[in-house]
Amino acid sequence: MSEAKTSYTIPIGPIHPAVHEPIRLDIGVDGEEIVDVDIAAGQVHRGIEWIGMNRNNPIQSIYLAERVCGICSACHPFTFVQAIEQAVGIEVPERAEYIRVIIAELERIHSHLLWAGVAAHEIGFDSVFYLVWRIREKVMDLTEYLTGNRNSKAMYQIGGVRRDITEEQLPKVKETLEYYRGVFNQLKTVFLEDMTVRMRTRNVGILKTEDALRLTAVGPTARASGVPKDVRQDHAYGAYADLDIKAITPDVLTGTVVGDVYDRIVVRLLEVKQSVEIIERCLVEMPPGAILTEPKIAKLLAMLKKAEGEGVGRTEAPRGECLHYVRLEAGEETLTTWKIRAPTYVNLMAIPTMLKGGQIADVPITFASIDPCLSCTNRAVVVDTKTNKRALLTNEELHYLCVEKTRKLSDKLA
Amino acid sequence: MEMLSPEEIVESFKTALGSDFINSKIYQKEVAIKKNLSTSIWIYVKKEAFRKAVEHICELQKYPHLSVISSSDRGDIIELIYHFSMYYGHHLKALSLGLRVDLPKNDSKIPTITDIIPGAIFTERETQEMMGVEVVDIPDSRRLFLPEDFPEGVYPWRKDETGPHDMLRVLPGRRGTKGEQNE
Repeated sequence: MSEAKTSYTIPIGPIHPAVHEPIRLDIGVDGEEIVDVDIAAGQVHRGIEWIGMNRNNPIQSIYLAERVCGICSACHPFTFVQAIEQAVGIEVPERAEYIRVIIAELERIHSHLLWAGVAAHEIGFDSVFYLVWRIREKVMDLTEYLTGNRNSKAMYQIGGVRRDITEEQLPKVKETLEYYRGVFNQLKTVFLEDMTVRMRTRNVGILKTEDALRLTAVGPTARASGVPKDVRQDHAYGAYADLDIKAITPDVLTGTVVGDVYDRIVVRLLEVKQSVEIIERCLVEMPPGAILTEPKIAKLLAMLKKAEGEGVGRTEAPRGECLHYVRLEAGEETLTTWKIRAPTYVNLMAIPTMLKGGQIADVPITFASIDPCLSCTNRAVVVDTKTNKRALLTNEELHYLCVEKTRKLSDKLA
Repeated sequence: MEMLSPEEIVESFKTALGSDFINSKIYQKEVAIKKNLSTSIWIYVKKEAFRKAVEHICELQKYPHLSVISSSDRGDIIELIYHFSMYYGHHLKALSLGLRVDLPKNDSKIPTITDIIPGAIFTERETQEMMGVEVVDIPDSRRLFLPEDFPEGVYPWRKDETGPHDMLRVLPGRRGTKGEQNE
């Protein structure tokens, strides 16, 4: 161990330093340089699709879909009900389309801010972490006010939504949106103009446009690499189809596309602002009317049992494209097929490309930069390819390395 | 890049695949107030022409976006659907394209497409372990989600005797469904 830095093997605890969910990265290093990365997933595979195909009826599966992810609990039921609506041929009232979008955008604001806090923590800026999470509380409060819960919102139903947004609720919504407009410049200064943040994130974890396309990356990960993929812009779904959404790539702010961690920060920050604007427009343009096509659950269930068909739903979750495919067969109480594709599933494939050539101390921030959502336990084993030695670094040690690098850079600046 | 209408896309498949093209379906739905169209296309091709169909999709768009492969156990056959998104990056021009291919259970082999679309590797690995389909020439045939000690020859998404029936446990007081044994 003592002869050289090169003989490290780094499995990072059972918990990954970037996200508090499990996945294992096997990282081959030559000295400090990362030469090889392998991903081992599946530590928290819960067989949700199986339950939907064997035990639950489709309405129960909406609530199960909501529990696929603890952060994006709107995008999965949103996608799922769209797939069912296509398979069965159920219309959605216009007002419901707008409410769906408002809830989905509130989720994007909270998810992006949550990520920004975690990213700051990764590079050792805990003061910024506290600041951002305090700012995030506002949107959590608003979500609770509108839906009755901070996270598992249970808003989506096949053929509409379950709760309306009423006239009396509007002042609080507007006040919160105003607050986010106000803090946007502060966030921009903290993240984009700070010299140390820039040094830790510029030219780190680069994913080139070509690679992002080949590896089918989605969401902010793809957009930061200059690929204008955004389901809200590309596909007509929900009220987004009325709103002329434009995918945000980092060049709108910085003039260039590098595809590094810094660009991913740029994209997410701008998207917070975009979400605020989308909600404001929804509030103005939201038509009056019904919010649910079939409020009687028993009737809806009977209809689903008779239905025969297949459908595919796509939405833009905070992390990228989310897809659900369902197949229904007449007489079957459960879904015949249910396939869920969450955005991290494809973004993970870009991780080896981002990490190769980088340093071990950059692993946490680079891995965190795709905003991975895994429901899993992360380990990173670092193998020295020359000596083939393996060493184990704990979560704390790797986090320390990452923070230490920031400190050294700051000292140099001073 | 020239963007074809859904009907033209279907026609182009017919021309490219000839008799290997089986059928197609176009689904369109008006969305929200402005009544913009949301479009899904389903193309059903013979197994032999599957690679050619994927190559044809790459001709329509240089980097087609493959979202995922879905698979259904339908008795004697396994149905695979490759879900693509075409013409992304253009406002409301994108469409969902499901490329459907049926594999007989006694010869459930499908060629890999990772040489054409490298981002297909995870979903090919998942389909292999969950549905028991053999992806021929896959560059990495390890399991993706299932643990190493998961028994061989059991495929969680199958509905026949190779499904995970023996591994299920119904808790006391719960009703077992579909072949689950009550303890």
